[in-house]
Amino acid sequence: MLEVKNLSKTYDGGMQALKNVSFNVKQGEFLAVIGLSGSGKSTLLRCINRLIEPTSGQILWDEQDITAASQDEMRHIRRKIGMVFQHFNLVTRSKVITNVLAGRLGYVNPILSAFNRFPQSDVAMALDQLDRVGIKNQAYKRADELSGGQQQRVGIARAMMQQPTMVLADEPVASLDPVLAHSIMQHLEKINKEDGVTVLCSLHFLDLVHRYADRAIALKEGALMFDGSPDKIDDQKFREIYGKDAERIG
Amino acid sequence: MKKSPALLKSVVTGLVTILTLIIFAYGFSVTNVNFEETRSERRLASLTRILRALAHPKIFDYTYETLNVEVPFYLGCPEGGAAFPEVDRSGAFILVNAGCAAPKETITVEGHNFQENSSGSISFIGISPEAPDGVPISIGNFQADAQGNFKVEVTLPNRQIKPEPQALRATGQIQVGAPMLSQESKVTWDKIIETVFMALLATVFGTLLAVPISFFSARNLMSEVKSPLSNISLSLIGWPLGMWLGIKTSKFLANLLMPLSNSFLLVLAGTLVFPTLGFFFAKWFLANQNEELEYRFRKRLINLLYTVSLAALALISILFASKLLLQIGAYLTPNKDVPLYFLRKFIAQIGDIIAMLAPVFATLVSGGIFGGFFAQLGQTISDRMPAATAKIFNLIVTPIAGAAVGILILQGLNWFYQFNDPAILFYLPAGIGAALGLTLALVAAPKQPLPIGIFIYGIFRTLLNGTRSVEALIMAIVFVAWVGLGPFAGALALGLHTVASNAKLYSEQVESILAGPLEAIQATGANRLQTIIFAVVPQIIPPYISYTMYRWDINVRMSTIIGFVGGGGIGFILQQNINLLNYRAASVNMLAIAIVVSSMDYISSVLREKYV
Ligand SMILES: Nc1ncnc2c1ncn2[C@@H]1O[C@H](COP(=O)(O)OP(=O)(O)O)[C@@H](O)[C@H]1O
Ligand SMILES: [Mg+2]
Repeated sequence: MLEVKNLSKTYDGGMQALKNVSFNVKQGEFLAVIGLSGSGKSTLLRCINRLIEPTSGQILWDEQDITAASQDEMRHIRRKIGMVFQHFNLVTRSKVITNVLAGRLGYVNPILSAFNRFPQSDVAMALDQLDRVGIKNQAYKRADELSGGQQQRVGIARAMMQQPTMVLADEPVASLDPVLAHSIMQHLEKINKEDGVTVLCSLHFLDLVHRYADRAIALKEGALMFDGSPDKIDDQKFREIYGKDAERIG
Repeated sequence: MKKSPALLKSVVTGLVTILTLIIFAYGFSVTNVNFEETRSERRLASLTRILRALAHPKIFDYTYETLNVEVPFYLGCPEGGAAFPEVDRSGAFILVNAGCAAPKETITVEGHNFQENSSGSISFIGISPEAPDGVPISIGNFQADAQGNFKVEVTLPNRQIKPEPQALRATGQIQVGAPMLSQESKVTWDKIIETVFMALLATVFGTLLAVPISFFSARNLMSEVKSPLSNISLSLIGWPLGMWLGIKTSKFLANLLMPLSNSFLLVLAGTLVFPTLGFFFAKWFLANQNEELEYRFRKRLINLLYTVSLAALALISILFASKLLLQIGAYLTPNKDVPLYFLRKFIAQIGDIIAMLAPVFATLVSGGIFGGFFAQLGQTISDRMPAATAKIFNLIVTPIAGAAVGILILQGLNWFYQFNDPAILFYLPAGIGAALGLTLALVAAPKQPLPIGIFIYGIFRTLLNGTRSVEALIMAIVFVAWVGLGPFAGALALGLHTVASNAKLYSEQVESILAGPLEAIQATGANRLQTIIFAVVPQIIPPYISYTMYRWDINVRMSTIIGFVGGGGIGFILQQNINLLNYRAASVNMLAIAIVVSSMDYISSVLREKYV
């Protein structure tokens, strides 16, 4: 169980990106995070694995205080939190398999990994994960030879290499063709349903939220606006979240 | 009262014009612009001479044979004068404007059919009963024109008048055989090879050093490095301590192994045994090292012990290897005439380099080991102890660290300025350092991470900027003083300059990498080194290659003139030739420089296009 308590983040320039945000996520839940761009979704997700240092508040994960963890402890915690990014964030000049193996970096011997040496079992696991997302035959290509949809699958495979108990997905389909969005979302759904991994996924389109999420939270200008089942987002709530002029398409 | 903008504008324009005129007038005056001199007859003549010589590079040369042409000549006119002698006009011949003349009189000698553009000398041949073959006395030189003719005035020697005919001789040269490479061309070839390799070594070794330095001078990587004060102060104590231990150990081990170096078998055995031992030890150590979050001091201490032993094993292996290479090299080079002498000697040279680098390696590695151990201890104190305890710890340790750093800085400065006064060397820096440390410990919150990375970044950048601002030519002067005249000094100077310039260029590339992959690798739980290797390195390889080639280009260019200050290579003889007014030889040197520089230019641009 993930508990976020009174989380706030003020950037160096004075921008207050999160304002006293509190919510809980149960293990195995698929939580959608919605809100306009600039509402603080990315900041929230990055505070959870502390790629961004929160200014105040507390994040507890299975009773462990993430916000108080030392650097070494944080690396151990991050191993169990996979992350998928809007722009995939692959190392595009490296091979696909190297990108996937990078998911094991927190587990393997740091000195051996520095020479790009991974245990045989990890290589097998990487090929398995690529197989699972359907691109095993691309394993030894350079990552930039792959299409956007394929790159995002590599991103998912990399996250799964961490054998995570939670995956943070920051608008994983926002830079993909809408027709590809469902295939990526289905992979995340599979991880969630089959492996019981908690998924926190920020999304733009409400139809995706309805289709895949168990629950949704909404941010507006850094503040929590809504927390509940996606079905509860009626027209009025929708306008509260997205503003008066928003047109509902999903 | 309102001024018209048009008026204001023209006033400003006028002022700017006047200012520009003044600036240029001053510039002309300080740069001694002197057009009168450029038009003077004397200057033009010398310019013509030099340019003509430069236009005739002495690439080829001929074998010459001397050619003597004589005419009979009376010193002191006989009764009734002397008839003009008959001359054979089929080959080279000389004519004199008189058949006889008094001593010290000036006569005109004309020569025809000599080798075009050749030069030679004119002598008077004194013939006497004691020397029937004649005694030549040089009385002048000639320079034949493009048709092989000359006409010079010479003054006869002050010799005894004789009634018998004596002789005048013109000694010229004739080319025989086909043209061949001149001596100048051969020297130029040798030196141009030296030049190119000087640039190669400087580029390779400079780049090897510049790469790690560039990471420390990249803002985006360093700004994330933050540590609490307890960590920083303890590392500041740990690093020098470790480095000192490293120096001492490497000296101690080198002395210990000294007696062994006479026996080839012992050295060979050592070179085989110690690395093997080290390898298995490292393997065992890596296999048994599972990262533990729980900090147990005893466990860490044992780990430190293992790491130190491993480093010691590595150091012993390195020392043995260098001894082995030195011995093999010495064995292979009994004298300088063995075939492939340079390759054989290279083995010994590698051994020498390793022996020289061993203490550096020991110092840095040992510093890193102890610095890391102390840093971890400090980090744990900040992570685990209550804030008050950490504060007290900082209040005690930071002044000590400050004092240590102060003393170390003054020790370094003492080498330059030789204060040799304990007050300046110890008490003052220790006092200031401790005071600064205490202030920092009082001000800083005990657990707050301080931006130490940016601080280190600042130091590196400052050092790089300082080094870069010194031209390689000036560095070469210092290195010539250290290692003597020659290409080694030039290579060192160019290498140092390469480190400074390329580290800067590289670090700018690190700063412009995409942050996304970095963030993604960090999110997997990778440590800093892993993040750099997996997210940074793949992104910077193409620009690094490009900049290395660019530097290679510049280094070839620089190496052609670094000889002007004694740095070896072609510049060295180019300067000599210019000083000796040997412009035709200088022309060969310049031609070679032009060819090498332009072909390097071309090759590197082709390679850059191809691989980047
Ligand atoms: N590194 C940063 N420094 C300063 N402000 C930032 C930074 N990152 C994001 N912000 C600001 O914080 C707010 C929230 O941003 P973000 O979390 O990226 O929103 P979202 O992901 O919902 O689009 C935005 O106004 C953005 O401009
Ligand atoms: Mg975002």
